[in-house]
Amino acid sequence: MSSAPSALPSSAHLHLAVALDGAGWHPSAWREPVARPRELFTAGYWADLVAEAERGLLDFVTFEDGLGLQSSHFIEPDGRTDQVRGRLDAVLVAARVAPLTRHIGLVPTVVATHTEPFHISKAIATLDYVSSGRAGLRVQLTARQNEAAHFGRRTLPRLDAYDSPATQDVVTELFDETADYVEVVRRLWDSWEDDAEIRDVTTGRFVDRDKLHYIDFEGPRFSVKGPSITPRPPQGQPVVSALAHQTVPYRLVARATDIGYVTPHDTDHARAIVAEIRAEQALAGRADQPLHVFGDLVVFLDDDPAAAAARRDRLDALAGEPFTSDARVFTGTPAQLADLLQELWSAGLSGFRLRPAVLGHDLPAITQGLVPELQRRGAFRRAYEADTLRGLLGLTRPPNRYATGAAAANANAAANATA
Amino acid sequence: MSKPLKQIHLAAHFPGVNNTTVWSAPEAGSHIEFSSFAHFARTAERAKFDFLFLAEGLRLREQGGKIYDLDVVGRPDTFTVLTALAAVTQHLGLTGTINSTFNEPYEVARQFASLDHLSDGRAAWNVVTSWDAFTGENFRRGGFLPQDERYSRAKEFLATANELFDSWHGDEIIADQDTGTFLRDAKAGAFVHQGRHFDIEGQFNVPRSPQGRPVIFQAGDSEEGREFAAAGADAIFSRYATLKDGQAFYTDVKGRLARYGRTPDQLLILPAATFVLGDTDAEAEELAREVRRQQVSGATAIKHLEFVWNRDLSAYDPDGPLPDIDPDLGEHTVARGRAQVRMYRDPLATAREWRERAAANNWSIRDLVIETGNRQAFVGSPATVAATIDDFVQADASDGFILVPHITPGGLDAFADTVVPLLQERGVFRTEYEGTTLRDHLGLAHPDSRTSADADVDAADDIGERGERVAS
Repeated sequence: MSSAPSALPSSAHLHLAVALDGAGWHPSAWREPVARPRELFTAGYWADLVAEAERGLLDFVTFEDGLGLQSSHFIEPDGRTDQVRGRLDAVLVAARVAPLTRHIGLVPTVVATHTEPFHISKAIATLDYVSSGRAGLRVQLTARQNEAAHFGRRTLPRLDAYDSPATQDVVTELFDETADYVEVVRRLWDSWEDDAEIRDVTTGRFVDRDKLHYIDFEGPRFSVKGPSITPRPPQGQPVVSALAHQTVPYRLVARATDIGYVTPHDTDHARAIVAEIRAEQALAGRADQPLHVFGDLVVFLDDDPAAAAARRDRLDALAGEPFTSDARVFTGTPAQLADLLQELWSAGLSGFRLRPAVLGHDLPAITQGLVPELQRRGAFRRAYEADTLRGLLGLTRPPNRYATGAAAANANAAANATA
Repeated sequence: MSKPLKQIHLAAHFPGVNNTTVWSAPEAGSHIEFSSFAHFARTAERAKFDFLFLAEGLRLREQGGKIYDLDVVGRPDTFTVLTALAAVTQHLGLTGTINSTFNEPYEVARQFASLDHLSDGRAAWNVVTSWDAFTGENFRRGGFLPQDERYSRAKEFLATANELFDSWHGDEIIADQDTGTFLRDAKAGAFVHQGRHFDIEGQFNVPRSPQGRPVIFQAGDSEEGREFAAAGADAIFSRYATLKDGQAFYTDVKGRLARYGRTPDQLLILPAATFVLGDTDAEAEELAREVRRQQVSGATAIKHLEFVWNRDLSAYDPDGPLPDIDPDLGEHTVARGRAQVRMYRDPLATAREWRERAAANNWSIRDLVIETGNRQAFVGSPATVAATIDDFVQADASDGFILVPHITPGGLDAFADTVVPLLQERGVFRTEYEGTTLRDHLGLAHPDSRTSADADVDAADDIGERGERVAS
């Protein structure tokens, strides 16, 4: 096995994504004058946000989701009425904006714990069709008892603290299940060879059924026969991503995803996280496969750093408590953020998923302030150089694991030769 | 003089994985690419249709132990395509089949409520059931559901989804930026459902959507299916496109509504109907014959015969006589994932009848399948087709039609351009959309969340008991 540490597609540019959630990531974001809190459940609101992100040439946007009401408590509902509550299905929000955009990647959150991988596989494949190759997914799990009660199919033990051994056991099992889930989704995407549809008029055959494959997945939690009902999507494999904070989720990122979102607090931390993920990747036998590690940051941006800090203070006062996050919270100017991103980039991250504190304010600050700053420094694209999300991320279209034909043999040989 | 003319409802079904679709024609396009769906939807909206309809399949069909390869195979995800279509249309209703067996109410309710928000009130759900282990092999749930439980689960599934839709009343989101109150009520979306199939509680996390609930369609034709529709559906997809059968079905189903405190205009009867248009009636007849030959190849005819015979008939000549051996009466094993198989409940009788008809008319296997298969409902010039449709609806054989073209995606264009204007001239079809939601188009009231949930549960309990008596 090669010990070469870099599984990054080499790129002169860093990658930028924006995480869309409600009115923004600060719980009081909806109270800012630029927020549109009464429009959070309309298509126009999301279309406008994604259009702004696309004007900024960003690689992709993610859409947060969940199977229960948002909560400030880590494991149960909080009963609060002073923050945004309720949201639309993220896959469908992405589908709604897909025909209105042309280049930007669309990455909805999917909760693996209570949903069916067969449904999600065809939904993301279809998102790839309706966006002409710009679909991804962010896979997430939930250990919340109240969300399990929404489905009534399984019970989860009550978790008391993040770090207790009992919590770790439960979470580890949920991550194993999530890894199986991603495996099923990916096998289903490959269950049709690219050229399975033949429309052979002379024999009357619409498909060559030798190019359709049962996936025959068997796992402790579920089994899935296949093939998919949806042909292989335009990207072959849409981009799979996951947020990770510790070893167990790093393992999921390393084994199953194309992008991991991590939360480094400084450059050394970023370097350590990347090293851990690369080690897990090698253990999983994927050392030679491209895997992006994106740093997540919450951002308050203003041209004057004092204005950014003042805005954060004002929102904190409205919330009644200082804002904290799993991710580092950046407050400052676009130029200062560009400095920080370049520094973290040098530690082995390949890009960043920025979480705007107030979408109506900080998203345009990213697209109209940060992006031009990075472009001036030669660190970000000046035009979209590809039409697919894989293309933007420097990921090639993967060969089909089940492919049997000559074209597949060539593709697999090429893939092996470059490994 | 006489009673006012009924207004016709028209919808379009994007044709899919059956031999209605003529995929070999030069003008046949993709049935997967979004451009096909967008073209089809824009045509339907240009023609002022009520809605577009997408079917669903959750496992590729098999015959003789192999994936069936003679018809279109594969389709996209229903919710995802419908929601994307909301971006390229403004008025057209968006109706999707979603199975109640291999889904959970919380998730499906979230998806329909989201589709309704994202389309400004144009979502509709065709509730279908399944029970077979064959499809179940693709799902965590597997194939555990006994056949006689499927309507029981469907009824409770729909009642539960309605409880979720109604768990928000529509006035909870205040979003007052000055006072900092986003939600009026911390319990918004609270629900508790305890039943035979679902025992769930919590808070639904999608606020009330423009239509309150999606429009509900039902597609089964069994006694239980008709009762299910009478109790809780807004429209039925029927398969009766002949006048006499249509009138009998119409009378029967509309007659069941009073039992549930409903009026006949609260349930629309919409048969699926294929059509072939020509400049003249004779030209259309000729074209229709050609289309039927394209829909039923020799290989397709043999496969269709196997639905009845439950045997491998590949050794038979499709241009020869029907098999003289009898159908295998054991468990049906030849064709899997097929609704058609259930249509032939007495294979021996069907085989006998088909042999007699073929012998009397000197039909080959292929001729027989063409003649007994689904004939085009409307064949003729635009004037003939418009008159036939109008007569059918005015005679209370239906409230309109769901048109199924045989070509993807352009098969609706000629109908939109030639038949619709004639229906408009007759004063029986809208020239402009009058409302914005699908409920507006169909003349259905918007449900009141504060009164409807309890009534639904009662109705579901009532038919639940009836269903069990039927089954036992």
